[in-house]
Amino acid sequence: MTSSNLVQTNNQAGGPGSGPGSNLLQLRGLNVYYGESHILRDVDLSVAPGQMVCLIGRNGVGKTTLLKTVIGLLRQRSGSVQLDGRELSPLAPHQRARRGIGYVPQGREIIAQLTVRENLLLGLEALPGGLGQTRHIDPLVFELFPILETFLNRRGGDLSGGQQQQLAIARALLGKPRLLLLDEPTEGIQPSVVLDIERAVRRIIETTGISVLLVEQHLHFVRQADWYYAMQKGGVVASGPTGDLSKEVVDRFLSV
Amino acid sequence: MDLLYETLFNGLAIGSVLVLAALGLAVVFGLMGVINMAHGELMMLGAYTTFVVQNIFKAVVPEALFPIYILVAIPLAFVVSGLVGLLLEKTVIRRLYGRPLETLLATWGVSLILQQFVRSVSSAFALGLLVTVVGGLLIPRLTPKAWWHQRWTPLLGSGSWIGSGLVGIVVASVLGQQRVLDQPWFSARNIDVTAPTWLRGSIDVGAVNMPTARLFIIALTAIALIGVTWFLQKSVWGIRIRAVTQNRSMSSCLGIPTEKVDALTFLIGSGLAGVAGVAVTLLGSVGPNLGGNYIVDCFMVVVLGGVGKLAGTVLAALGIGVLSYLIGSGSLLLVWPAMPAGLNELITFFATTSMAKVLVFALIVVFLQVRPAGLFPQKGRMVEA
Repeated sequence: MTSSNLVQTNNQAGGPGSGPGSNLLQLRGLNVYYGESHILRDVDLSVAPGQMVCLIGRNGVGKTTLLKTVIGLLRQRSGSVQLDGRELSPLAPHQRARRGIGYVPQGREIIAQLTVRENLLLGLEALPGGLGQTRHIDPLVFELFPILETFLNRRGGDLSGGQQQQLAIARALLGKPRLLLLDEPTEGIQPSVVLDIERAVRRIIETTGISVLLVEQHLHFVRQADWYYAMQKGGVVASGPTGDLSKEVVDRFLSV
Repeated sequence: MDLLYETLFNGLAIGSVLVLAALGLAVVFGLMGVINMAHGELMMLGAYTTFVVQNIFKAVVPEALFPIYILVAIPLAFVVSGLVGLLLEKTVIRRLYGRPLETLLATWGVSLILQQFVRSVSSAFALGLLVTVVGGLLIPRLTPKAWWHQRWTPLLGSGSWIGSGLVGIVVASVLGQQRVLDQPWFSARNIDVTAPTWLRGSIDVGAVNMPTARLFIIALTAIALIGVTWFLQKSVWGIRIRAVTQNRSMSSCLGIPTEKVDALTFLIGSGLAGVAGVAVTLLGSVGPNLGGNYIVDCFMVVVLGGVGKLAGTVLAALGIGVLSYLIGSGSLLLVWPAMPAGLNELITFFATTSMAKVLVFALIVVFLQVRPAGLFPQKGRMVEA
């Protein structure tokens, strides 16, 4: 299946790690509604262990909705969401987080009134036993984002957008997720910090071997991923290795 | 000068009761945004718990131990009010999160129920109620799980409560045949809690006479404040509570069990109301209507202080307490005899307890026109709605 094939694709047909049982995340026939408006239509998507998958598409095609459905903030009307072959649908977001899904939402959503340290501590809640069990912040996050160590006692709301983004990624990372959901991590952030974040995400994948499902508009960042899914009007319309991303596909799905 | 100190001390004591009463509300309303009109009734339950503990000590425990009954009553009142609050959260308020008007109406109804409850509760009544609550809470656990994901689940939910309510009424009326079980526990009259002797004296500091009961209330308030501050700032659950109250959905995505956090927050706020109830018994006789006397003041304090800010609550409560006492007792006139005639007349006009309240509330209303967010407004991004 080529990248320029814009027919509705079934990811089972291709992509690394496809085939039953070998995928970390598996979405099948997902339909999600906001009230009566049909947002996601029969979405099939899979993420293999250690794989970085990028969702592309114009604004409003349902990329964020898809991530929200995976973490459980939205419920699907039909279809299934499986992590490691186990159905997630009946679980609340906090239970899914404890199963190993880290979520970095669009707009970062750090807790503004809490200090950077407290925000990081909240990341530990996804570990078994949560904060009651451990208060150790893995030094890896300070290695990835040195700025956080400098501002440890500052209020989260006082950080700049780029710093907040780094905090949000570090917070998700501390829960030792197996799957990291990143929703437009470089949106509205100055170019130098964008590169920092890209570099950090790559290092995270190399050092921890976790899978990443990324929503992104920056072509440079998209190309870092192993596999892409292109969305249009709530459905997946193309997918393939990012190496095959042709100019046609990019123009069609990435231009904002 | 001594008169000024004495006035300030009395104002501080009154303010402390307000701090204690409003502290729980600051947690429930300030942090969670839940308008709980039954907060005053939770205080009343704390006061009645004190009364019951006192009677048990009088009847059963050796007389030498009687003086410490109040220290036993404090944690017990916390537990009783806290559990009633928890029940209220689980059965009523949880279903109304994000709907302040409905919450206000529903909790106002609950406050009326609680008032009538202490007036007419008898052993038979209490047992019937217990059957109802246990039944209502247990039916979902004892029935097949699949029943609770159906189209008709809401019917089943309310039906199970109505059913267990009917069973409770039958139990109560059958048991009510027994004369002993039908005796009301408290009746509608006011109850008097006898303060232990060590709380009935007073200490003279300089020329200022400080009743020990008031000193006790001030100390209790200080301890409660320190405890709540420590809990919210340092404990694991405190961090969770602050996270959930500021961004519920994101907290959930991080792995925080938000429903548990809501329940715990409500339990603590309600428990604090119970502790305030213990303090109120030291000031005079208390009755089923106790809550109504405090609820408006409490909301005033929390709003004036700045919603969500404990420091604001403390300052506002002490301010209102001192100011109402200064004006209401007329001591402002004694402290400052050379007051200009016009002002003197005005203050004299307001120099009764209820008129002082009118003046203080009018001042608060004016103040809130100028600073609608209170003394300490939230800075930066506001708490998520």
